Amino acid sequence: MEVWNYMINNAARCFALTLEHMWIVGVACTLAILIGVPIGVVITRNKSLASKVIGTANIFMTTPSIALFGIMIPILSPFGYGLGKVPAIVALVLYSQLPIIRNTYVAIMNVPPELVDAGKGLGMSSWRRLREIEIPLAIPVIIAGLRTAAVMSIGIAAIAAYIGAGGLGVLIQQGIGRSYAPMILAGAILVSVLAIFVDAFMAGLEYLVTPKGIKVGRRLRHG
Amino acid sequence: MITYEDVTKIFGGGPDAVTALKDVSFEIKKGNLVIFLGPSGCGKTTLLRVTNRLLTLTRGSITVNGQDVMSADPVRLRQTMGYAIQQIGLFPNKTIADNISTVPRLLGWDRKRIQERTDELLAMVQLEPSAFRDRFPAELSGGQQQRIGVARCLAADPEILLMDEPFGAIDPINREEIQNEFLRLQRKLKKTIAFVTHDIHEAIKMGDKIAIFQDGKLVQYDKPETMLAQPKNQYIADFVGADRALKVLGLIRVEEVMDKHPPNVVKADTMADEALRLLEEKRFRHLVVLKRGKALGYVHPRQLKHESVSVAGLAVPYPVKVYADMALKDVMSYMLMHDMRVLAVMDEDGNFTGTVTYDQIQKRILEVYSGEDEEETAEKTK
Repeated sequence: MEVWNYMINNAARCFALTLEHMWIVGVACTLAILIGVPIGVVITRNKSLASKVIGTANIFMTTPSIALFGIMIPILSPFGYGLGKVPAIVALVLYSQLPIIRNTYVAIMNVPPELVDAGKGLGMSSWRRLREIEIPLAIPVIIAGLRTAAVMSIGIAAIAAYIGAGGLGVLIQQGIGRSYAPMILAGAILVSVLAIFVDAFMAGLEYLVTPKGIKVGRRLRHG
Repeated sequence: MITYEDVTKIFGGGPDAVTALKDVSFEIKKGNLVIFLGPSGCGKTTLLRVTNRLLTLTRGSITVNGQDVMSADPVRLRQTMGYAIQQIGLFPNKTIADNISTVPRLLGWDRKRIQERTDELLAMVQLEPSAFRDRFPAELSGGQQQRIGVARCLAADPEILLMDEPFGAIDPINREEIQNEFLRLQRKLKKTIAFVTHDIHEAIKMGDKIAIFQDGKLVQYDKPETMLAQPKNQYIADFVGADRALKVLGLIRVEEVMDKHPPNVVKADTMADEALRLLEEKRFRHLVVLKRGKALGYVHPRQLKHESVSVAGLAVPYPVKVYADMALKDVMSYMLMHDMRVLAVMDEDGNFTGTVTYDQIQKRILEVYSGEDEEETAEKTK
């Protein structure tokens, strides 16, 4: 109940922090897609590059988030961005690369070889095949990767409050500082609700972008 | 026309190099359907794939309609040849109409022309355009998908088709049907076709000529009947099978052996005694009774004896209808079933065009096997 009271009494602040949180994650995810999807596509054309790229992305993913934020400080300080939203967004973009690149790569590589062969044999250029066959078939899986990245970023962004990025992590951080449980809980609940909401939204998106012919096939197979 | 000259394809390099094709030279004439036949790993699919540069040949040259494929732009080159594969490879995210019109869209045809062509092709492969054009591949049966695969490879009306076991993925009954349909189409369209299969029955049925491969080498390149009658070596004899005499019968049409002007013919109003006299005089075993150009049936001496009516009332009708374009295999089967050594041949309107006899069939097989057949000797001396 105390949590409720806290949230109602500080509704404006909670709302502002939620928006800020969404903004950080939104910017990070947009940048991550713009970088990750093309990389994922390019490495399907060059297999030796693929293992290196995915290996590198894996390193970022396995680095603990607080450590990555820490590393950002000395690296970005010379440019005047050691603290605040910039290092947070850079770190989130790096974190999101693995699910996005890997899903893009795997999805395109999993397009049945006979479709690629048919497309090639009929005289489709590499670009045309990508646009008309490989990407449309891969896009549900790419969106699934994005879904993982987005939900994960919401959680990690909460920790970014420690490097002054703002967002819902602020409630948790300050709550801990003041040993004030309702505030901690308010932050935690809002972050969780946001994550659940975004996850559901992305699931809907995943269904929407699935080509109709694939949905028809799925329906027929499963009765 | 496609010309292969010393075509060699080596995969990999160094000690792991695999020679998939070795100095293959032959020619596919314009309008011919040529079968690439052999067991898996013999190089037949590789040869198909170097033709449209899905693979790059190591040595030698391939010329398609006078153009060296190696100097052509591969994407453009492929657009000028139809391509169909065993796994069909219909794009699941596209409608049937969009699948069929893949190449016309690549070539930038306008929408109306594409639409008309799509409907025309659907009708050509016996699928109702209005029922199929907006459906998706997942909604079609295997046989229907295979038909769409054929339609797609014909879409831009290419002169050359490359087909890799295009009917391999469907059940035998449907395969038979789609083969017949395709042959009927091919008689009309006269495409130059390279057709890969490992099925000897399909090869004999479909091919104008057959190229048999073994370990990357072309072993024999001949017409199906020559292949069956005179296999060059044991490998080919084994491949075409022990029943090859029967397979030959499946290839020869009635018109090639039939007697178009048999002497043992009488008009329907001939009287029995007169017919009997004719039979005894000329030592015929029977007479064909004709009425207004149609065969009523046949008469034997024993039916004519002591009769004083015209042969029209005495003729025994033929139990089966035989047409000039039937395979001897079927005629032979009728003869065995009905215990008859002679059958009358008719045209589509039922008019009598001649007779075909058991002896003629047997003579023809012997001719084929002794290699004395004029046509084949001519082919060899060329």
